[in-house]
Amino acid sequence: MLELRNVTAGYGHFTALWDVSMRVDAGEAVAVVGPNGAGKTTLMRVISGLIAPRAGELMFEGHAIGGRPAYEVVARGIAHVPEGRRIFPGLSVADNLKMGAFLPAARRKFGESLARVHTLFPVLREREKQRAGSLSGGEQQMLAVGRALMSGPKLILLDEPSMGLAPVMVLRLFDLIRRVRQEGYTILVVEQNVRQVLKLVDRAYLLEVGRIKMEGRAEALSNQDFVRKAYVGL
Amino acid sequence: MIDPVFLAEAAVNGLLLGGVLALLALGLNLIFGVIDIVWIAYVDLVMICMYAVYFIVQVYGWPIWVGGLASVALGALLGVGVHLLIITPILTSAPVNQLLATGGLLFFLQSFATFLWTTDHRSVRLTLPRLELFDMPISVARLIAFALSILAMLGLYLFLSRTYIGTAIRAVSQDREAMALMGANPQRVYLVTSAVGGAMAGVAAALLIIQYAVHPFFGAAFGPITFMICVLGGLGNMVGAFVASFIMSEVIAVSGVIWSTEMGYVIAFVVFIVMIFVRPGGILAKRG
Repeated sequence: MLELRNVTAGYGHFTALWDVSMRVDAGEAVAVVGPNGAGKTTLMRVISGLIAPRAGELMFEGHAIGGRPAYEVVARGIAHVPEGRRIFPGLSVADNLKMGAFLPAARRKFGESLARVHTLFPVLREREKQRAGSLSGGEQQMLAVGRALMSGPKLILLDEPSMGLAPVMVLRLFDLIRRVRQEGYTILVVEQNVRQVLKLVDRAYLLEVGRIKMEGRAEALSNQDFVRKAYVGL
Repeated sequence: MIDPVFLAEAAVNGLLLGGVLALLALGLNLIFGVIDIVWIAYVDLVMICMYAVYFIVQVYGWPIWVGGLASVALGALLGVGVHLLIITPILTSAPVNQLLATGGLLFFLQSFATFLWTTDHRSVRLTLPRLELFDMPISVARLIAFALSILAMLGLYLFLSRTYIGTAIRAVSQDREAMALMGANPQRVYLVTSAVGGAMAGVAAALLIIQYAVHPFFGAAFGPITFMICVLGGLGNMVGAFVASFIMSEVIAVSGVIWSTEMGYVIAFVVFIVMIFVRPGGILAKRG
């Protein structure tokens, strides 16, 4: 479904990703783990088109998406839930979801998508009229995921979904992501909670200083060594 | 001691002036909030639209409402033109270059108007009845201008809060990048915003020309006060700009009656400078 071949990317003179190759198959859940500053967020941003790759190819369902602007990539079916959630704080919960369905194709299926999001996250229906900025961290993350689902994506990129959440909320959130997965979405997730995320995904990549250092089935990687490397990069 | 009637009259005039100032400030603030660039030449676009109304009504003899509609259309067109020709190439430049570019447009428009139409003051003369309220003469032109500016702002409010594209414009002003992830092409949102902001300038022009004469340096008279209002209200904050417009117009009008018109502006600037120190984020900003 998604394939990266020798992708190099960065900002200005700084290179954050070196020669990264990876793939995500339809129906899979894949994690990218690694210590802070490993280039995980850059990886997500280059896939969703927020930054252009310096070299290498990105293919999504047979189309080259490398260097295409973000608004075109989302139209192909990739929804990016960015680091720090990035909901529209001054808009109501309902308007945030409305903006998620900005694409003409998504707007046609608005009612259907909204019903699905409300079933997954009933709290978003209860808080419909509330300003999104007044939601709790966990609710904001649900809104960010719900907003991404409104575009009718095939692949969802989740960047640090558990960041800044209380431990209880983290467990609940992972449960919800599991349910999103069961709905048939393909997921690529970047996470600091390595142990938790390995229970959720099929495969994982270890990213270290911008390079893929290890990859494999989640069960096989759940050993101490991999988890330690993912946390501290040693 | 000043006659209370004069003070009341000044307060009413301040209120009426505030409506049009708010319209200018909201248009400028809308563009800044979404595109993050201050159109230094905003009130000079208003000046061009005022000339358009003058020629349509006073020279070619069309009714004033035709001039008004033409002014709105021209304003929207100018907004789109400014965005495509001047803003788009400098969108990612350093802020100082953006200021220089839109500032350059200001001088271009002033010289352009002087060259074409000389520095003569030109006004549209409407025959309107005089109105008196509690012994206070009230300008009907100002009253109409006030009512129409409130109506135009209500329209803007409904556009931004009730329509899909209006909500998208607010979303872009809160998080440009997140809105690109929703599938919105920022360029298209900017273009719509520039057209709406330009149309607001057109509305303001039609309402200003029935009260003031137009000349090439009209922008210099209303431009600084418009910026002050935007900063006072908190740049990009629409409600703040609305409130600040009336504060400033009252300060100008009331102190203008107590001392002199010039003094009114001096005091307005003093209030502005003090407020910048007291509330640098704007009058409605949360205390930090």
